Amino acid sequence: MEDRIREILSRCARLSVPVEALNDEDNLYDAGLSSLATVNVMLAIEEVFSVEFLDHLLTRRSFESISSLAAVIASLKSGALTF
Amino acid sequence: MLEKVSFRDTLFEAGLLVASGVDGIYGRSGDFEAVVDGIDGLISRDGAMPGAEVVRFPPAMPRSVIETSGYLKGFPHLAGTVHCFCGDDQAHKKLLQCLDDKEDWTGQQKSVDLALTPAACYPVYPMIASRGPVKMDGHIIDVSSYCFRHEPSLEPTRMQMFRMREFVCIATPEITKAFRDRWVERGHAIVSALGLPVAVDLANDPFFGRGGKIMADSQRDQALKFELLVPVNSAETPTACLSFNYHIDHFSSIWDLKMQDGRLAHTACVGFGFERLALALFRHHGLNRAGWPAHVRAALWPN
Repeated sequence: MEDRIREILSRCARLSVPVEALNDEDNLYDAGLSSLATVNVMLAIEEVFSVEFLDHLLTRRSFESISSLAAVIASLKSGALTF
Repeated sequence: MLEKVSFRDTLFEAGLLVASGVDGIYGRSGDFEAVVDGIDGLISRDGAMPGAEVVRFPPAMPRSVIETSGYLKGFPHLAGTVHCFCGDDQAHKKLLQCLDDKEDWTGQQKSVDLALTPAACYPVYPMIASRGPVKMDGHIIDVSSYCFRHEPSLEPTRMQMFRMREFVCIATPEITKAFRDRWVERGHAIVSALGLPVAVDLANDPFFGRGGKIMADSQRDQALKFELLVPVNSAETPTACLSFNYHIDHFSSIWDLKMQDGRLAHTACVGFGFERLALALFRHHGLNRAGWPAHVRAALWPN
């Protein structure tokens, strides 16, 4: 799943560093992710993973790192309502 | 809801606001304007920013500015664009026929190169960017304009066309952040001195849609926006009369606003809502300004 997230980030996130240089835990905002680009990342994740972000997951924290995104996607795919 | 409607009706009955038939578009009486002028003068005296460049724009700006600034990404629902008749005699005839037939005539209208100004500071950033790098101690702009936001409401505090005065700071991150923080204190002092109950709170802009939820959360998480709140329509939902905004490099990256050392500038602004402040004064001190407390009148009209 992390590889597909990385592909989305390299396509939509307009980071100031190459995605390959990031660890899963690295802060994406520190890597240049803007709140406007976050919206594009959200839309791409919804399309690629066939999920829909629940309102309470539309937060800055959900998009903080590759691992936080993976956790959110996993929770959406499993139908779990909490994160 | 009844309370909200009744304050607006009270203002209509007192003649302070004049109904137009469209919610959020009102005429203002001489007394109302005297209060707005008083607030404007008070801001100039107590909020004076030495060296600030004064500039006044009309309430319309090039459509390219609203397109470039990112406003349509965050607030497509609030934006207003200007459309005009651009046809020939035949098209004119068709337009008049539509009017006669009480059919929609606006299909004859074409978008022109103008948008309505959504916040007074929007024309400032391209203006400053066109001059080249900003000096290292920064630049302050004093700007004021009628603004438009398409949000018809029964609350008199939520107008579709209203006036905003802003001080905009374009400088290094340190100077810009300090400007915003200092203005939270100054704004609190200025409005408190008018005998109004004041609270300052973290806030977010009304971004559009599901993506807007992320932007709003992000804005709050980074404490980028504060509002000065005064109860006007109700105590439960006080009205934002001033806002204090730190944009980080949002506008400077869009407009390539650089400091003399080559780094991107940061920007911040404080905005005063004239009508909202005037309505707060009428709400708390009464509809007859002659009867307002002496210290309030002295602050607004020192001569």
